[in-house]
Amino acid sequence: MAWGIGLAWMLPFVGVAMVAFRPLSQTSFGWWNLSPFTVTVDNLIAAWNNPGCPLSLGLRDSFLVALPATIIPMFVGALAGYGFARFQTRTRDYVFLSVVLLMAVPQMMVAVPVYNLMIALHLVSSLWSLILLHSAWGIPWILLFMRNFFRSLPPEIEEAARVDGASDFKIFFRIVLPMSLPAMAAVVVFQFMWVWNDFFFAQVLIQNANWYLSTQCVPRLVGQYVRPFDLLSAAAILTMSVPVALYIILQRFYIRGLIGWTIKG
Amino acid sequence: MNRRGGGLLPRLTSLLPEPATIQRWLRSQAKFLSFFLPAAILLVVLVIYPIAATLTLSFLGPDGGFAGLQNYGSVLGSPDTFNSACLQQGLPCGTLLNNLIWTGIHLPLTLFMGLFLAVLLQNVRGASIVKSLVFLGMVTPLIVIGVVLRFILEAPIGLVPGFFDWLGIRSLAVNWIANPSTLLFGLILGTVWSWTGFSMVVYSAGLTTIPKDYFEAARVDGASEWQIFRKITWPLLRPVTLVIVTMTILWELKLFDIVIGATAGSQQGGVGGAADVLALQMYRYFFIIDYNRAAVVATLLTIFTLIVAVVLFRRLLTAPRRKKRRRLTPSVRRMEARRVGPEEAGGSEVVT
Repeated sequence: MAWGIGLAWMLPFVGVAMVAFRPLSQTSFGWWNLSPFTVTVDNLIAAWNNPGCPLSLGLRDSFLVALPATIIPMFVGALAGYGFARFQTRTRDYVFLSVVLLMAVPQMMVAVPVYNLMIALHLVSSLWSLILLHSAWGIPWILLFMRNFFRSLPPEIEEAARVDGASDFKIFFRIVLPMSLPAMAAVVVFQFMWVWNDFFFAQVLIQNANWYLSTQCVPRLVGQYVRPFDLLSAAAILTMSVPVALYIILQRFYIRGLIGWTIKG
Repeated sequence: MNRRGGGLLPRLTSLLPEPATIQRWLRSQAKFLSFFLPAAILLVVLVIYPIAATLTLSFLGPDGGFAGLQNYGSVLGSPDTFNSACLQQGLPCGTLLNNLIWTGIHLPLTLFMGLFLAVLLQNVRGASIVKSLVFLGMVTPLIVIGVVLRFILEAPIGLVPGFFDWLGIRSLAVNWIANPSTLLFGLILGTVWSWTGFSMVVYSAGLTTIPKDYFEAARVDGASEWQIFRKITWPLLRPVTLVIVTMTILWELKLFDIVIGATAGSQQGGVGGAADVLALQMYRYFFIIDYNRAAVVATLLTIFTLIVAVVLFRRLLTAPRRKKRRRLTPSVRRMEARRVGPEEAGGSEVVT
């Protein structure tokens, strides 16, 4: 029964894969028609090289945004999380609470001013605008997550290092960060996927077809009068392959991040 | 130190904290800021200032002058937002009602499905693989989820129209994407499919925090499986349910990608705006450079999400654990009396 549910849940993905890996002539009247059945990667190649929005460039740009937009907030957020975890005061608790509350603010609330700001900085349609915005946007949850993690670390080790004369930064980078690798891994997986999967910020800030991210390419394959289901399914498979692969490889960290983020685990 | 007598100046300075105290305070602030400053700069420039600017924009006219609540009136009065005629004439209902309908249908379904799967998979061999498969919908980009749904809902390639055609139900054997009355409900069921993984995983984690002997004790006392669920599992999962409900409502309010992915190629928000949502309406205003109205929709969205978030935070921070008069069986009650300590500590807290 359990397996039946798992397989039934996969049905929509199976459908997409069926269309993506077979010629459209075999699937256009329903991907469940199994005869004739030939497997081909032509659709993937066509989507990869599609002249309107090549997935080759889209995937590259998604990587170019997602990698720095994961690393930057990870360090900045961990640093701040350590500050809140170890140098706690009552006023800082209020600052902390308001930063955490920012997590609930929808992306739409910052779109217009950020867009105007990026125009002023000549960064619209530059990947830098997205990297900066995602870095800032990821900080509240990373800060919360890392602070909770740091507070679970025993302070004795740090105190011992302090007695030995190590500075706060040295303690943080030499002692605390190496102990935090599991938590950092969760942050990396989660933040990378979040940035990769984002569509709204990209749609607002990247308006030049040469720099479209892969999530932006997907809906652009559909025209008013054309439904190129072969291209569409191939682009969907390519775009989702990266977060899905990451999830399969680093599942342990992903689930830990999710649980730690929602109910402290 | 206590300086008595002397002139006015020493008396005044004695009111101030000691230099050493100030110095210590400054050093502590500097130490804290050296950790927090990079984050603070990013947050202020790219999150906090834009929030304030959007709020301001929502009260300004296109000429930059103060417009009061005029923008709010024009957005809320527009049939795009709130189409009261939809009760008689059917969809579209407007973005506000669509988000509401979405929440009303999706939230109970996804809670039920997630809990059902979590309980079902609790002690099953290979459950973790099944959970991973169900969870795939959560790691896939939402825009791709929207596209994936086309291979289920859109005729002639999709499964659902083909299935109803095979059953001979003509009224449902239509192109669900191109049909206003089926589009919204098709997409709502689609989000149930893709987001159930979340409630399932969080419920599963919640279930593992309930000590196994509770169930055994209840079974010894002769409780039925349903009674065990009603009186033990469900009440103890309450904090978990609260978290899932909040997160899910937040997502339902921010719906954007799925609708675009599923309706790309036709009118934005679907035929006749049948599946139009608030975030999409905001983006449309942004796109036609009507920043003031875009700001109004964004502000309304933020108000809704903050209300939901604050309710969650307050519940989790105060978390008054109700006394357990509801306990069903004597041995469970005894067990819980013994357990109070660790259980209290294991409760879910998001913030602190």
